[in-house]
Amino acid sequence: MKSLSNWWVGSMVLSGAVVCGLAGASPAQEKLRGKIVIDGSSTVHPIGLVAAELFNAAQPGVNIPIGVSGTGAGFKKFLDKDASLRTSINLASRPITPGEMKTAADQKIDFLEVPIATDGLAVVVNPSNTFCKHLTLEELKRIWEPNSAIKNWNQVRPGFPDLALSLYGPGTDSGTFDYFTEVVVGKARSCRSDFSPNENDTILVKGVEGDKGSLGYFGYSYYEGSKGRLNLVSIDSGDGKPVAPNMETVRTGTYHPLSRPLFLYVNKEHYDKRPELRAFVAFTLENAVKIVAHKHVNYVPLDDKAYAAVKAHVAAGVAGSRIQEHKAGTPLDIAALYQPGVGGSKSGG
Amino acid sequence: MTSAAPSISMLYQPRLARRKACNVVFYVTGAAVCAMTVALLATLIGVVLKDGWTFLTVRFVTSFPSRIEPELAGVKPALFGSLCVVLMTGVISVPLGVGAAVYLSEYAGDSRLNRFIQLNIANLAGVPSIVYGLLGLAVFVRWLHLGSSILAGSLTMSLLVLPVIIISAREAIAAVPQSLRQAAYALGATRWQTVRAHVLPSALPGILTGVILSLSRAVGEAAPLLIVGAAAFMLSMPGSQAGGGAWNKLVAIGTDNFAVLPIQIFNWCKEPDVVFQQLAAAGIVVLLAALLAMNSVAVGIRLWHQRKRTW
Repeated sequence: MKSLSNWWVGSMVLSGAVVCGLAGASPAQEKLRGKIVIDGSSTVHPIGLVAAELFNAAQPGVNIPIGVSGTGAGFKKFLDKDASLRTSINLASRPITPGEMKTAADQKIDFLEVPIATDGLAVVVNPSNTFCKHLTLEELKRIWEPNSAIKNWNQVRPGFPDLALSLYGPGTDSGTFDYFTEVVVGKARSCRSDFSPNENDTILVKGVEGDKGSLGYFGYSYYEGSKGRLNLVSIDSGDGKPVAPNMETVRTGTYHPLSRPLFLYVNKEHYDKRPELRAFVAFTLENAVKIVAHKHVNYVPLDDKAYAAVKAHVAAGVAGSRIQEHKAGTPLDIAALYQPGVGGSKSGG
Repeated sequence: MTSAAPSISMLYQPRLARRKACNVVFYVTGAAVCAMTVALLATLIGVVLKDGWTFLTVRFVTSFPSRIEPELAGVKPALFGSLCVVLMTGVISVPLGVGAAVYLSEYAGDSRLNRFIQLNIANLAGVPSIVYGLLGLAVFVRWLHLGSSILAGSLTMSLLVLPVIIISAREAIAAVPQSLRQAAYALGATRWQTVRAHVLPSALPGILTGVILSLSRAVGEAAPLLIVGAAAFMLSMPGSQAGGGAWNKLVAIGTDNFAVLPIQIFNWCKEPDVVFQQLAAAGIVVLLAALLAMNSVAVGIRLWHQRKRTW
């Protein structure tokens, strides 16, 4: 037992040294203790990880285990019947669904909705594909809709060569799949079934890279991480002006409609009761730009006005979902949507 | 009569050349299969060593995973979690498994019920690990309210490895010669004395083999612990928030959230950035080293006991 506790002291000292070494001097403030259980989207988890790491540098007494179950499975844990098993924060790459909101209402769980960043979906083709520079939403829809008969590039647009088309996309458990199908096909989770699905974006990149007739989509940050290995396709949302995703077009919403907000959903009861959770959420919003634009996170931060509105929204403790009032596919103005007192929240509490 | 001699000698060499050729073919096939297996393993180890080489320092096992500076990331919480889970799994499953094996082979008669139980244990050994994960989630995490803790994970892993431990221990006990038991009974030993002083020590090497194999499996499994809710990333050590004495600390560790090496490796593998792939490779090397260390300790114990054996 003695050796165990010695080891323990040693490891504590070491971990302290490591954390301090990582983040430099930490500001002197009230030392918090406790645990913040986080789960949810694999897309958003880099944000959670970097936030937790930076927060731990200042508050090493707060233990933050982070799971990567996916947005939907994460909501199941966030809204668990057993209150003792509920996570405090769910990372979500899509807004909470009406079904999930009903579950929350049934169990009397209030939550805070915190938009934290924007992410674009990149549509990509094999680097040897030089004919497909852009696609219209209509063409994407015809390719991806259920029972689509398009098996060859020459069926996509007259003039495209005779080349078998093979499709790659995130698995049906991912929020990315929900989002893409809703925006492109018109109905969430409605999609042809003969594509190669994978939850692992690295495998998607490899699949598109190794297949001449490939077409795939995934989070824009994964394209940033694999630049040069794939060709990016610009998207024409119907006005004849194709737009390619980049940090700028995603931020301003010009890359419309394949850019989306990412959220933290925070259990309001936990938030009200636990100072360490309040501190963590405040810290994350305060340092949002630094966290979101970090080179190992690589999403697009919201603009300052939007962060200010979200901070006020959280500070006012407004429960419920504001994003429900926004229709997918139309440009999104987060600053206006989360202005406290403006835009009545249907499920406010 | 002399004319019969060659025919008799011929009788003993029917198609000799062909049989010898068969022998050579079988030898070559066997050697090739063996070489292929070793080559596959060597390739695997070579590839992960090459990818993970730059990260294989002491710092790697003494630091936390990091998204901010992956170059400084490590596997400390995951390694600690894995060791805790395997240790606790051993503490739970070995006494239960060996006890059940002793009962089944030494005490229970050859009844229909006994055979039915053994058939079921053999079947349980073939159940996919994810099923045990679901069972663990329902029983330990939810029903017993243990949450996604090391204790819940270890109990789930114990269920997973129990059938293998029981079966291998039973085989080992059955291999102990009957004469040994009869000699003990002849000298007036009770059944328990016979089991404790003769049967178990003689069967120990075989029992240990089963224990090693199953605990190694417990170290490498990711699926059941994913279901039970092991964290993908831990940025501090399990139980580090607890104060007080050693007992408090132990309880805190047992009931805290945890990460394990296979899940940590899995999550690093999913990242597009090459540095995370290297981290994953280094993690695999650490996992292999932990497995090897465990196995060699057990192999050592087994050899030592085998040398003591006199029959």
